[in-house]
Parts: sequence; structure tokens; C-alpha cells
Amino acid sequence: MSSFLALLPRVLAGFVGGLAALGVQAGQVQVAVAANFTAPMRAIAVQFAKDTGHTAELSFGATGKFYAQIRSGAPFEVFLSADDTTPARLVAEGGALAASRMTYALGGLVLWSAKPGVVDAEGKVLASGNFAHLALANPKLAPYGAAAMQVLTQLGLAETLRPRLVMGESIAQAYQFVHTGNAELGFVALSQVMKDGAINSGSAWRVPAELHAPIRQDAVVLTRGQANPAAGALLEYLKGPAARAVIRSYGYGIAE
Amino acid sequence: MPLADTDLRAIGLTLRLAGTTMVLLLLLCTPLAWWLARTRSRWRGPVSAVVALPLVLPPTVIGFYLLVALGPAGPVGQLTTALGLGTLPFTFWGLVLGSLIYSLPFAVQPLQGAFEAVGERPLEVAATLGAGPLDRFFTVALPLARGGFVTAAILSFAHTVGEFGVVLMLGGNIPGVTRVVSVQIYDHVEALEYTQAHWLAGGMVVFSFCVLLALNLTRRARLLP
Repeated sequence: MSSFLALLPRVLAGFVGGLAALGVQAGQVQVAVAANFTAPMRAIAVQFAKDTGHTAELSFGATGKFYAQIRSGAPFEVFLSADDTTPARLVAEGGALAASRMTYALGGLVLWSAKPGVVDAEGKVLASGNFAHLALANPKLAPYGAAAMQVLTQLGLAETLRPRLVMGESIAQAYQFVHTGNAELGFVALSQVMKDGAINSGSAWRVPAELHAPIRQDAVVLTRGQANPAAGALLEYLKGPAARAVIRSYGYGIAE
Repeated sequence: MPLADTDLRAIGLTLRLAGTTMVLLLLLCTPLAWWLARTRSRWRGPVSAVVALPLVLPPTVIGFYLLVALGPAGPVGQLTTALGLGTLPFTFWGLVLGSLIYSLPFAVQPLQGAFEAVGERPLEVAATLGAGPLDRFFTVALPLARGGFVTAAILSFAHTVGEFGVVLMLGGNIPGVTRVVSVQIYDHVEALEYTQAHWLAGGMVVFSFCVLLALNLTRRARLLP
């Protein structure tokens, strides 16, 4: 008898889980998505709804803001971060499920100018110093910014170029600075300038991956999404071929 | 000391930006507010509406379009380049220009209200006593409207201190040039350095409270007979 009582919570949990599984067709999941992954995630959510019947409600924003909001009880169930440290921190603090953590995309970095002929194919323009402003995302806040700083350090240019750096609060703002021509060139995400697998505007140098630490973008199921089957389903879907094709088409790599 | 060197630089820069903006706004808005308060022109309505527009647009939106307009491809940017000034984004004076636009209604509207409250009568009396238009303005209208000047100064200063979106879009976060306190606090929060953020934000609130209180007290003292 006592063993049955001990099992009771599990039985009940199984029962509730079963009920939840019955609701699979109408499942809904609240997702917080790092701003740089906006476009691919919109496309993936459409496919996800078609293939699984679940609806993913997407909110886009900066990773640091999402972290603060999640800590304060924001109603998100899945978090697609722009880095790997924030999900790790959430797991350590008990806000996310350790087992669910996965790298959904590897960010690619590119030195880009809105004008053709400014950036050469080997990035030699950096050493030439033939520009007034070099844009990057704030290295303190954005993984793409930190990677850009590592590249400058690797090339031994970090100190000489420091007075010319202009920093966006996010990679989106770094892109705006370059796109509007206010900065002649800048480090942006490959996903921002790539369309259908090619860079079609301005001039660019695709920064070799060995010049910076990999930009791992991790996803995690939050404690709030623990009982929601749609949350786990979405992370599984991100590992699938349909989602990966979309992710690759935007210039991201896949962690093997 | 919980405030780092970069925090102190940001504070100094913010005060310089807010002070510069306040002085320029008072200089520029006095004639504009005077005109708005007294004109019967059919342009009064449209000009008033334009002055109030910065209240409608979200600051980041204003900042984004300033970035476009002041950039090398934008109309203002081409003008400043032709004048040999270069482009304004990422510079202190670029932020001043953004702040002037952003805080414009906060200077114009109190001044306009104060000039309207002066009314025709004291000016007519001064005229009958032989005072010319400039004399009437400086010796009658200005002293009577001083409460409006204090309010305009307080509001434009405080509003510029609290400015964030425009600076964020236009500044490029350069230490000592465009990294103001609000951006520095934002950086701390985004970097999860909550302790530094609390100190800086708390300091900003206390400082602003003191300034506003002091100005309000002087205004009281002056308005009392």
C-alpha cells in the first residue's frame, strides 16, 4: 500500500502528461528568440506549425533583456539565446532544464561595407586603416561583438583601431551603422547580409572561423515550459532537417 | 567606490550634453515661443504641431531617422559634409542636435504658455509709456515670463539627462564622446552587472531629484512677492 502511495505522484504525473499529450494538436508554446535569429525563426515557426500542429508564439529581443525578464517570471517556455552562457546561467540557477540545452546555430562573422570595393576578400582593409569608423556590436553585450574583438586582437589591430570603433548595443545596430554608411565598414552577422546563400550587396570578407571562438547560439526549455509537450517538440524540430535547411540558408553553421 | 572610471566619464558627459542642450534650447525656443504665443498667422497651427511631433515618435525611431538623415547619404549629412563639418553621428554635436529635437516641446511649450499668460495688457501699457518693441520684450515680457523659463530649463535639462533611444541610435557608444549615463546603465543591465547599474541609476535619481528640488525652490522664492 505504502509503495502505491509513493508511486501515486508519478501515476498522476503520467496521467496529466497523457492528457497534455492528447492536446498535442492544439499545443502552443511561448518562445523568446534572440533578435539575430528573427528571420529564420519566423520561417521555421511556419514549418513547425504545418508539420506538428503546434503553434510557436515568438517574441524577439536582446538576450540580456530576456534573461532579466525570465528571472522576473516572464511567461516564456523556450529560449533561443544569442549565446551559450545565458542558457547555461539559467540552467545553473534552476530557471531552465539542463537536459534540454542544445546548440541550434553557429554564428558566422563577416566584415562588411555597404559600398562595393571597400572591403577586400582578405580583410586587408583593416590594416590599411583607410576609414574613419569601424562598427561592431558591443563586445561586452553581444557574442558577435566579442568575436569581432577577438579577430582584431588576433590581427594585432585592437589597440590601433580602438579610437575608430563605434559600438552598437546589438549586432542589429552595428548593421544599421554600416548600412546607413555612417560607418564605412563593420563586423556584422553573416545572417544579416546573406540572402539565398550569397552576399549580394556591398563588399565583404567572410572572417575565417579560426580567428575567433565559435559563436554558439544555444536553446533551452525553461522551467515554465517543463510540462508543455510543444516546448520539447520545438527543440526537437530545431534539430531536424527542415529547420536546419532554413538555418543554413541564413548563413549560420550547424554544430555537429 | 562602486562607480568605475567609465561611469564617472559618462556622468560628466551627460551633464555637459544636458547643459549644452538646455542653453541652446532656451536661446532657440524663446523667439519661437514668443511668435507662437502672439501670432495670428495661419502657420501657427502647423508649426505648433511640428513642435509637438517629438512627443509622438518613439525615441529610437527618431534616432534611426536622424542616423539616416545625418549619414553620408542623407540630406543633412551631405550638407554638413559640403560645409566641411563631416558627418554628425558618433559625435558630441550629433547628440546635441538629436537632443535639441527630442527635447524641443519641453522647452517651447512652457515658454509659450508663459508668454500667453503675460497677455497684451502689460505690453500695451509699456507701449503707451514709450517703450519700443525690443524694450517691451526684454523689460516687460521676459521678467513676467520668468517662471516659464525656469520650467523650460528644468524640463529640457531633465529630459536630456533621461534621454536614451536617440543617443543609443546615434551615438555609437564611444567612451567620453557619446556614452552617456543612460547608455552606461543599459550596458550594465545587459551585461548582467546589476550592482553597478543600481548604483548608477540610484545616483542619477538622487542627483536629478536634488537639481529639480533646488530649481523648484528658487522658482518658489522668486514667484513669491
